Amino acid sequence: MAEARTAKRTVPVPLRFAIVGAIVLLAAVLVLTWDIGPEPGSKGFWLIVRMRSVTVVTILLVAACQGVATVLFHTATGNRILTPSIMGFDALYVLIQTAMAFFLGAQALSATDGVPKVLVQSAVMVAFATLLYGWLFGGRRGSLHVTLLVGLVLGAGFGTLSSFMQRMLIPGDFDILSARLFGNISNSNAEYLPVGYGIVAVILLLVFVRRHRLDVLALGRDTATNLGLNHKREVITTLVIVAVLVSISTTMVGPMTFFGFIVATLAYQLTGSQEHRRVLPFAVLLGAAILLGAYFILHHVFNAAGLVTVIIEFVGGLAFVILLLRKGSM
Amino acid sequence: MTDFAPSATPRIRRLPAWLPPALGVIGVLGLLALSLSVGAYDLGRDEFGGELFWITRVPRTISLVLAAMAMCVAGLIMQLLTQNRFVEPTTTGTTEWASLGLLLITLLAPQAGIPVRMIVASAAAFVGTMLFILVLRRIQLRSSLIVPLVGMMLGAVVSAFTTYLAASTNMLQMLGTWFQGSFSAVVRGRYESLWVVAIVVVLVWIAADRFTVAGLGKDVATSVGLNYERVVFIGTALVAIAAGVTTVVVGFLPFLGLVVPNLVTMARGDNLRSNIPWVCLGGAALVLACDVIGRVIIFPFEIPVSMILGIVGAAVFIALLLKGRPRG
Amino acid sequence: MISFTDVSKSYGDLRVLGPVTLEIPAGGVTALVGPNGAGKSTLLTIAGRLLDPSTGTASVGGHDVQRTPSRELAKVVSILRQENHFVTRLTVRQLVGFGRFPYSQGRLTAADREAVDAALEFLDLVPLAERYLDELSGGQRQRAYVAMVLAQETDYLLLDEPLNNLDMKHAVAMMKQLRRAADDLGRTIVIVLHDINFAAAYADRVVALRDGRVEHVGTPAEFMVPEVLERVFDTPMQVRTDGDFPLAVYYR
Repeated sequence: MAEARTAKRTVPVPLRFAIVGAIVLLAAVLVLTWDIGPEPGSKGFWLIVRMRSVTVVTILLVAACQGVATVLFHTATGNRILTPSIMGFDALYVLIQTAMAFFLGAQALSATDGVPKVLVQSAVMVAFATLLYGWLFGGRRGSLHVTLLVGLVLGAGFGTLSSFMQRMLIPGDFDILSARLFGNISNSNAEYLPVGYGIVAVILLLVFVRRHRLDVLALGRDTATNLGLNHKREVITTLVIVAVLVSISTTMVGPMTFFGFIVATLAYQLTGSQEHRRVLPFAVLLGAAILLGAYFILHHVFNAAGLVTVIIEFVGGLAFVILLLRKGSM
Repeated sequence: MTDFAPSATPRIRRLPAWLPPALGVIGVLGLLALSLSVGAYDLGRDEFGGELFWITRVPRTISLVLAAMAMCVAGLIMQLLTQNRFVEPTTTGTTEWASLGLLLITLLAPQAGIPVRMIVASAAAFVGTMLFILVLRRIQLRSSLIVPLVGMMLGAVVSAFTTYLAASTNMLQMLGTWFQGSFSAVVRGRYESLWVVAIVVVLVWIAADRFTVAGLGKDVATSVGLNYERVVFIGTALVAIAAGVTTVVVGFLPFLGLVVPNLVTMARGDNLRSNIPWVCLGGAALVLACDVIGRVIIFPFEIPVSMILGIVGAAVFIALLLKGRPRG
Repeated sequence: MISFTDVSKSYGDLRVLGPVTLEIPAGGVTALVGPNGAGKSTLLTIAGRLLDPSTGTASVGGHDVQRTPSRELAKVVSILRQENHFVTRLTVRQLVGFGRFPYSQGRLTAADREAVDAALEFLDLVPLAERYLDELSGGQRQRAYVAMVLAQETDYLLLDEPLNNLDMKHAVAMMKQLRRAADDLGRTIVIVLHDINFAAAYADRVVALRDGRVEHVGTPAEFMVPEVLERVFDTPMQVRTDGDFPLAVYYR
């Protein structure tokens, strides 16, 4: 319950939860039903609603993945400024797409679309993360920051390779490729949704089971070890979970660097408690609210659905910089 | 760098002081000659060989050396000002800001000549570096590796915005080409502005002691009478000019300003004034070597320097990180 | 008891501790003292399994700290280091509640809550229980950390310079509370101290380290003798014995 620490009345936390939940519902309904040509209730109406529901379901999945992944990443690294994208995933994703376009032609990008492809992509990204973290951080002299930096630098290396290959593409191929390199909710791969949801459900169950351990992990290496946690193992497990979540989100809608950051930061502020069992569900709801809301506004008000992720990234990036400047110390 | 007192029993004969620098210069000259001689045309036989030499080969090689010196010295200064070993223009968002500036001026005034572009790019780089330094003051540097992490994230924000802007104005593929860090487009008439870099290096040399003192931190520097803020401002300006100029003429040279200064300071300590010649030599050697490799591997086609440098630089960066890992 | 067998710690070529073979019997307060760089914190953190020794083994209460799973050890020995910065914002009660994690894995039972209340009372933290840690003074925060390790109800408590950042009043209060924990609750307390006079006033035995080796083990009366002190600290000392406990004077 909210403590009466300040004279100002604060909105009780369960109410906040309910409000955000209501926003999510409202936004979802709006996205599904706003501005549909055919009469409500007619066959045409439901057809369009069904089509749009794919978008809504995708958004929910992405919001869950990014929100949870970022919060877990903060817990594992003991730092709330970093985002999982620095692990080099985005760069790896771009490299995989670019390499395919380069070696197999841009047509191959759409020809191979489907569940096997995204499963393979996700698997590659998770394997990369696991190897990197297991080797660098799990070793006798593991330093988390070195591990993160190596991930980041490897990402830069991947970026170099990608840029080179992109330069060699004919402009037509390049356009096809670049459409895939930006997060795009409208064009996401619907076939993958069931598999994606299945994997995420399992992951979230895992996270739920570990929720108390995550609270202890957040206390830092020495305190967590003192309380009986195997710090290295917990960090690596958590980072692999983050890797899976981010991979799923990235293969579905492309890279999103700062969205998770906004969601996590807001979640800490609004949840009132630091326990993962409260923060995580709130993060999922907030993420869904933001993405659904942004999608609705951009799609129907500005007719610019393709820009959703770009704009959210930009706003998130701004928020990141502002937070950096304001925060007392880190 | 302090002189060590001679030990009672000298274990190795000390080399004559002039030998290492002489070797360095000879090495670089050798690479220079190599760079000048590699190319698609056989200079001896082609009737335009002589002219080509002066139109393409010499400008290209000179710009390689100048660009290398620019980025290395810029990196050196940034490391001193931020007291962090892993900081340099490509890991703090500086070059990303320069790219943004270049893109903006190209969109707003496509006819602008190279000097105008350089000024805009440098101004943008200045803003970006100042932003980074402001952010830095919030970090307590408990772990110095947070600094390049944050710097690279800042760079990612700017880069995302630039990419979006380029994508929406159809400049994306050209953007990639500009910033390849390639010297293939450098010809006489286009690169002369790079000589600005030489001026920057000389200025840094003159002010070297001040930067070294600034590298001891604000408190120490102030207590010995240095105007710390002013030194930071001037240092940032010089870094911005170096980065802006290089970006406009040559493009993106990743990790250069990190790898060379770190290797030099590992061997020679942190005296800026005596390190500058070594850093310049080392940077020139590295870039020349990468360039020759890039032009020879798939002869007669060329792999841009930035790609070779990106891979080599990333590998050395990672090696430096792993070498310095905290133990236990 | 805590026993070290041939324990050493080296970083590359630099040996900071060892080899040390030492037994600290159970019960009472044992102070680890010595000049800077003597290896006191290193020895303590090895015993608390926060650091791996380069050679040798350490065991606490019969458990080898490197072989025994951390979860079991957490019920036997607890360790508190100097620097504690948390990313999460916690209230005092929440922090102390974490001390029960080894037993209940996060779900606090009635017994856990009692233990938490007992720890809060023991350290006079009840009025502060619902306040956030970052709202407290340094001394209050330190008490909260100690309450957490107290709530862990381990037989062995290892504390690394807990009196740093405490003003006189709180330092004295802390030492009194630790003394009570040893006397009334039967805990074995090993504490790294900079101030040898605190050691003399409150400890049952003193282990003095110098340059990574054990220089002297004994009661405060045996330790607070000018010859021993000067050997350990490399500075001339006088010892006044006219009060309740020996007092070292080294200021001039």
